[in-house]
Parts: sequence; structure tokens; C-alpha cells
Amino acid sequence: MTLIAERPALAGHPEEEHGPTGILKWITSTDHKVIGKSYMITSLAFFCLAGIFAVLMRTQLASPDNTIVSQHTYNELFTMHGSLMLYLFAGPFAFGGLANFFVPLQIGAPDMAFPRLNALSYWLYLFGGTTMVLGFFTVGGAADFGWVAYAPLSDAVNSPGAGPDMWIVALILTGFSAIFTGVNIITTVFYLRAPGLTMFRMPIFTWNMMVTGLLILIAFPVLTAAVVMLWCDRHLGTHIYSVSGGGVPVLWQNLFWFFGHPEVYILALPYFGMVTEVLPVFSRKPVFGYRGMVFATISIAALSTSVWAHHMFTTGVVLLPFFSLMSYLIAVPTGLKFFNWIGTMWRGSLKFDTPMLFAVGFLIVFLFGGVTGIFLASPPIDFATHDTYFVVAHFHEVLFGSAVFGGFAGFYYWYPKMFGRMLRESLGKASFWFMFVGFWVTFMPQYLLGLHGMPRRIAEYSASTGWTTLNRISTVGAYLLFVAVAIMLVNVYVSWRRPIQASANPWDGHTLEWATSSPPPHHNFYRLPPIRSERPVWDYNHPEHTVHKYEEERRARRQGEPVPAGAVAGATERGAGEER
Amino acid sequence: MTDGPRPAPRRPIRRRLVPLLAVAGGALILGGCQAPTFGAFRGATTQGHDEFKLWVGLMIAGLVVAAIVWGLIFFALARYRRRSGDQMPRQFHENLPIEIVYTTIPILIVAGIFAFTVVTENEIDAVSSHPAEIVHVLAYRWGWRFSYYSPQGRAQGVRIETSAEPRLLAQPATSKQYPQLVIPLGETTRIVLNSADVVHGFYVPEFNFSRLAQPGVTNRFDFTPTRPGVYRGQCSTYCGLYHSEMLFSVRVLPAPKFTAWLASEQSSQAAAAGPVAAKTTAATTTAAGGRAAVETSSAERGAGS
Repeated sequence: MTLIAERPALAGHPEEEHGPTGILKWITSTDHKVIGKSYMITSLAFFCLAGIFAVLMRTQLASPDNTIVSQHTYNELFTMHGSLMLYLFAGPFAFGGLANFFVPLQIGAPDMAFPRLNALSYWLYLFGGTTMVLGFFTVGGAADFGWVAYAPLSDAVNSPGAGPDMWIVALILTGFSAIFTGVNIITTVFYLRAPGLTMFRMPIFTWNMMVTGLLILIAFPVLTAAVVMLWCDRHLGTHIYSVSGGGVPVLWQNLFWFFGHPEVYILALPYFGMVTEVLPVFSRKPVFGYRGMVFATISIAALSTSVWAHHMFTTGVVLLPFFSLMSYLIAVPTGLKFFNWIGTMWRGSLKFDTPMLFAVGFLIVFLFGGVTGIFLASPPIDFATHDTYFVVAHFHEVLFGSAVFGGFAGFYYWYPKMFGRMLRESLGKASFWFMFVGFWVTFMPQYLLGLHGMPRRIAEYSASTGWTTLNRISTVGAYLLFVAVAIMLVNVYVSWRRPIQASANPWDGHTLEWATSSPPPHHNFYRLPPIRSERPVWDYNHPEHTVHKYEEERRARRQGEPVPAGAVAGATERGAGEER
Repeated sequence: MTDGPRPAPRRPIRRRLVPLLAVAGGALILGGCQAPTFGAFRGATTQGHDEFKLWVGLMIAGLVVAAIVWGLIFFALARYRRRSGDQMPRQFHENLPIEIVYTTIPILIVAGIFAFTVVTENEIDAVSSHPAEIVHVLAYRWGWRFSYYSPQGRAQGVRIETSAEPRLLAQPATSKQYPQLVIPLGETTRIVLNSADVVHGFYVPEFNFSRLAQPGVTNRFDFTPTRPGVYRGQCSTYCGLYHSEMLFSVRVLPAPKFTAWLASEQSSQAAAAGPVAAKTTAATTTAAGGRAAVETSSAERGAGS
């Protein structure tokens, strides 16, 4: 019997032949796939730029009293490294790039709900991001007050010039871009799901992106408002953040971190989602504890709005026990996710292709970052390590762990779908090992440096501090990371020059994006398999190994009955019945 | 050694595993002998030592949890590796009792950690009602000013301040060009912390403590040093161009030496500055105690800066 629900091909294909091509297509397109790719390429360009800044900084810190870059340049470098990585890479790569491309595909939709708004998001992002970087070409240089821009350091007196203003304008533009994308993703998920794709059959990546969208709507308007007020302080003579005019500088910290901590999860949840896509596929099993995963995502998002002041423990003006407890509690849903990831691999059939390597790498490194996060949620330990390299190491382990290990897992996993060609496995694995080793070599010494009292954001240190050796090791690690990224770029280049065609479903995937060609046609699908679980493509390709059939057998075994013959058909029909 | 005769393909893994385990075990035993600090300072004040104890406790708990989870991950990676192309695992997808267990256990762990955290943070944040010495610390771009007020009758009004503009290269924090905060050993010194311009961080690594110096916010906290010595200090919160060079040091002196140092500083400063220093001293000595001294100095600062 056939399980394919034949659907008429979507009307109006193939439009690509009629529409504009080349650069004109790129500029005028409202196709979520084109916009998603544009987002991805742009954000990877910002990632590489910010990575070069990081390498420069590590080179400066490799020796005491180094003068490779001036103090002023160093301050610009770390400000722009943080700003590019957080505002222009980690977020947009996930919710602008991969989510834009794959949320409609995963829910069987032809496009995002608001294609033109989607295009507007991208162009705001591109011009916003470019504005920020162009700050380097102004007289005073780029913004140099750190990516957190604490008032009153960021006011017109302490940070004069056009560079900081361009940074502010860039945040306003990219902030709106993120808000629009959030609206778009949420609407798409609620209104454009294919028939049969109930909320609890959505892939976890789509779930996480929807929750991320909600967090964006909570967090980004606060940031945008905060930077607009900062701009008013700088140019319109208001005194919102200045003591002299009766303002409250610490208000900036509250507003910023009220954005900043949800932002951390805006950056992490999408990558949790990618890892949750990759692990089951390369274990040949369904996600373990699907509902637990969903509830963990939602509780992480909910808790993340009430932990912002753990960035402000040392200000002396926040209620320590409350924010400490709320921060600790985030460990619970995160731990649940961890055990569910392990449960997904448990008794599976694990194949270590590059996406799986990066996903496993994510598990290993993120765990350590998570444990040190528990320490930092303890105010006394935060007093000892606040604004030191201990914190730098912690947030790089979690952010690099999720955005780079998780992000590269997603990138290697979905690259065939996006571009219709495979990346080379050997180069991918080389890239992984450089990155995995480089990661520990870079960040473990930074924990020790922090414990030995090295503050962050210092351009130089004296040899008498005894920090030289650890800094040097960390710098070597940064070079390894640089090599790892370079290998990945070579991999992309090789696949571009000497393509190996990708089939529609090269990894034996589970979710709907693997039901269409690679790359997908203009409106994504000509037909969809029946959707009776969260793994429609797997169910279609492996009718003998669906979850329904497994449950059927288990029930029969428990009741001492013989395993029913033809349980597949039964399972599928029952699934279909449930739907109605 | 439990390594008896085994089937051939298993042996190489075993051979690699045994020395690895030996090294790991040896490291653990050695670490145990030395009472591990896990890279942290033991804390040269009672407050800092309280933090250190919490740190060791959390570190052990954290490492145990991490070891268990890593163990599970690596076990799964090694054990469930795909050995043939058509291997098809059972399609189980949930186990509610296990999921409830591994949601509940972290809640219990977190509750325990939280309890220890609150106890420690109350000890560290407690401020004495009768500090032996009060020092006003004013942070500014890019230096420090330490002003002394003695509720217990020591010399008053001593002021230590960053003397020169920052150099291009960082010297040791203990060098003469950076200001030195001198405090008595075994007595409680109250720090009253403020900033004249942007947000700074008052950070003494070996005291395991930092606190932001902010405009518009006055922070108070106590140090009770337990070990004499000279400790480096640094601005920890980024404050602009010469942030890296906003250094200072803390010298902990036995109480009699401290009293003598304060007296000699007072007379030398009075001699150098003449009437201004004398006036300050007069104003603060007539005040009825520390609190009055604090207010005087705030008013002064408000007018001055």
C-alpha cells in the first residue's frame, strides 16, 4: 500500500525561470530561502570579521606589555568583537538565516507568513550591521565602550564622536529587524502549518524558534527603547542616565540586562533546537522526551526574563537571593534537555558524520560552560570573579559552544538542503577537531586567569602578574580556532567549485524539509508525506520502524499477545484516525 | 590489574584505558593531599575565605555532576556507535519515571546550593556596626583616592591618591606610581565606595571580592584581613581608554604598625599641604565618630567634584 497522500503540485511553479536572476533576484526576492541564505552569508561575514578581531586581541595579549595594537584600538576591537558576534552573528545566523530557511520547510509551508516584512528585516539588518562596522572609518573610530555600553561611559562626554552614534543607530535598525523576524516566525508557526502538523508534532527546532520569537518580542523592544534614550542623552540634552541631571546610571544596566539575559537564550535556544534535530537523525531514533524538551524550552524562556540582575550582583543595588535562585533554577530545564539528549543517543545507532560531531562537541563543551554558570549564579563567587576572565571563559563556553558548535552542526546538517551539494566529510571532520581542541586550549586557561585576578577588557598587563604563560596558551588556542574556521571556508569553497550533488535526503532525515528536493523549488513542496508524528519523512521511509509500531509491539508484548502482523498499516491508520 | 586474557580486538582499548585511569586517579589523590583550591585564592580576609569555602564546595559538586553527565555521554558515544549500515535501534521515545527523576534531582541539588549560597553571601555582605577604620574609596578615570576616617581615635584625614597620569605600559600594581590602600590586620575596615565619573570596579583578587564603584550609588562593605602582605588591586569594570592601568595595591599591616603609619602619613601630608590638610583633620576629629566623618567627606566631595 502507498502512504503518500498525493497532493496537487502547488500552483505557479517553477517561477524561478521567469523571475529575475543573479543580483537582481537577490535584491528583489521575498522568497524565505533567498533571504535566509542572504542572512546566513552576511552573518558569517560578520562572524569572520569578529573572529579576526578576536585573533588580533589574543595576539596582543600573548605577551605582557605588548604594543601590537594601541589601547584605543584594543578597546574598539573588543567592543566590536562582542557587538558583531552577539548582535550581528549569533542571533541573525540562527533566526534570520537557518530559521528563515527551515521553519517554513519544517512545517510544510510555502514561505514565511509575511514575505515582504521578511525582506525588510534582512535589509534593515544588512544596513544596520554595515553602519556599525563603518564606525571604524569615522574620525574617533568605532564605538569603544564595550558591547554592553554602560552609562555613563557611553554618554556624549566620555564617548564623543560619530562611531558610538553609528553603533546606537545600528542597534536600532537591527533591533527592528529582529522584532520583525520574531513576528514573522511566530505568525508562520501558528498559521502556516501543513494539515496534520499539530503543535506537538512540530520539530523541536521549530518549537525553539517560536519560543525564541516570543523572547525577541519581550527583549528587543526594551533594548531599542534603551538605546533611543541613550541617543537622547547624547544629543537632545536629556539626563536619563546621568547623575548630574538627576538621572540614574544604573537604570541603563537594568534595561540593558533585561534585554541582555533573554538575549542569551535568544542566542542559545535556536542552537539547542539544531542539536535536537541532528542527534536523533544520526542516532536513528526519535527525540527522547519530546514533550519534556518543549516544556524545558518554554520554562527556560520564562525564567530568562527574571534573571537579568545576576549580571549586576556587584552593583550592590539588587536583591541577591531572588536573582540567584531564579538563575539556579534555569539549570533544571537545561539539565532536563541534557538528559534528553543523552536519552536520544541511548541505545541508538550513532553515526559520526560532521553534523553529529559538532552536535556531540556542543554537548561536551556546553556542559562545562553550564556548570561554571551555576558558580556564577552564586553571588559570593560572582563577587570574586565578576568582570574577570573567568566570566569571559564562561560565556564563551556557552555562547561559542551553542552558536559555533551547535550552529556548525546545523550548518553542516542543512548545507546540502540549502545549496544542493554536499560538504566534504574529511574537511568537515578536520575542522571539527581543530575547533574542539582549540576550544579547550583557548578557554580553559582563561578560567584560571580569571581566578588569578585578570580582569576582562584590559589591553595589557605587567609581567609581574604571572599571567603570561596562560595567556600564551590561550592565544595558541585562538589560532587553532582560526584554522578550524578557515578549513570550514575552504570546505564551502571546494563544494562550490567541485560540487557533489546532494540527494533530497542525504542524512536519512526525519522532518519535512527532507521531503522536498535539495535545494527546494520556489514554493518548497510538490507533495507532502502524511504527517502522523513529529517524524513524517522517517515514518514514510521506514514504515516498519515508526514510534506507533514500537508502541504497538510493546503493548502487545506486555499483554502477552503475539506481535500483530501488519502493525505498520494499523499504526498509520490509527495515527490518521487520531488526526480527525 | 584486572586485565586478564581477553579476546584480541578488545585489548588495545583496555591498554589505553588503564594508564589513563591511573593518571586520573593519581591526580585525584595528589589533589586530595593538597586540599585543592581549584585555581582560586584562599582569601586573605575572613570574607574572602568564606567565599573560598563556598567555591570549593560548589566546585566539587559541579565536578561530580559534570563527571556523571560526561560519563553518560562518552559511554553512549562508545557503546552505541553504528557498527553496520542497516542497524536499526528500537524506537523508544520516552520514559516518564526517568524523566521525572532527572528533573527532581537537579531541583534538590539547586536547593542545596542555594542554601549554602545564601548563608555565605550574608556573611560576606554583613557590615560591622563598629568598624575599626573607615576608608572612602573614590574611583575616577583613571585612578583611586583613599581617604581615612578613624572612628577609634587614630589619625584622621589621610589621603592617598594616584599621583600621576597613567604610563603607556603597565607597571606592577604594587609599584610606587599606583596608590596603596593600607589597612590594619585582624581589624574590620569599612570601605565606602563611590565613583566620580563612570562605572569602575574595585577588585582585590586575593580578597576574592569586587564591587562596582558607581556614580550616584554608595556601596559599603567590610574587609577583615587575616594575612599581612601586599595584594594587587585593579579596576575590573571597563571604564575607557586607560582601564588597563587603573591599578592599586592593598597593604595589610599589623595594627600597631598601621597606627604608626597613619600618624606619620598625617604629619607628612599636613606638612606638605599646609592649611588645607589641617582643616580637614580638624573637621573630622571634632566629629563624634565615623558616621559624621562619612557625611563630611560626602559633602566635601559633592562640592569639590
